[in-house]
Amino acid sequence: MSSKIKFISIFCFFIFCFFIFFLSLKDSKKYTPKALINKKIINFEMKQLESNEIITENDIFEINKITLLNIWSSWCLPCRDEHKYLTELKMNNKLNMVGINYKDKKKNAQNFLNEFGNPYKLILVDEDGKNSINFGAYGVPETFIYNSEKKLIKKIIGPIDLKSFNEIKNILK
Amino acid sequence: MKKILILIIIIYPTISFSVDNNKINKITKNLRCLICQGQSIYDSQSEFANSLKKVVEDKINENMTEKQIYKFLTDKYGEWILYEPEFNKNTYFLWLFPLAIFIFGGILIFKKKT
Repeated sequence: MSSKIKFISIFCFFIFCFFIFFLSLKDSKKYTPKALINKKIINFEMKQLESNEIITENDIFEINKITLLNIWSSWCLPCRDEHKYLTELKMNNKLNMVGINYKDKKKNAQNFLNEFGNPYKLILVDEDGKNSINFGAYGVPETFIYNSEKKLIKKIIGPIDLKSFNEIKNILK
Repeated sequence: MKKILILIIIIYPTISFSVDNNKINKITKNLRCLICQGQSIYDSQSEFANSLKKVVEDKINENMTEKQIYKFLTDKYGEWILYEPEFNKNTYFLWLFPLAIFIFGGILIFKKKT
């Protein structure tokens, strides 16, 4: 009898461990942007790409418009893929698009914009990547969408694809 | 006296630099590189890791404590960025279960002996 109880308890223990590991294997290990959703935009001071003028968080918003903040770089290949979507979104008058040029050379950034077009109203410069960390970004490309109250409503990690493009269009409806 | 003063002037920056560096290393070793999983920020040379090292250095210079820096980063990236999970309601089991097993085993051995 006692050995039976022992066997059952050991068996239950292994089943229990199996499920713990099984569940955590299924759990996505990419960090979820949930931690940032609904939070107000951080305070920042960044230079503008063209004029070197200092821009703060208050300067990038427009009344009653959704603001899309896109981190990009000329050396980033996926940024080229998402550019067509950004160019299309530029046509939408409910959207205000701001770019953050990440760890890039001014000349390369300008060449990139000359080649693919400039969808941004304003381009800020993040020379050493520290500002992007403050935003909670982890690389390029990454997109943050803020409502008119300056709160984050959506974050897209990686390039904008057709799915996220449609999601952005739904937000703008 | 003059020699001692010169020595202090030479040695002091290296000591304070190494203290700061030790702190940066300690913190960055406990941070997970989110784009190169399996590596710490300390080990990684990715753009993300290099920027994060600079941010940690800035925060130390702003006199933030280790805990405050971790709080700053978990607010942005979630707890996954820390290698050593914090002790909270989600991790009670993780921290206390080995201890419970240890105590349980101890009791078993003790009982068998007596």
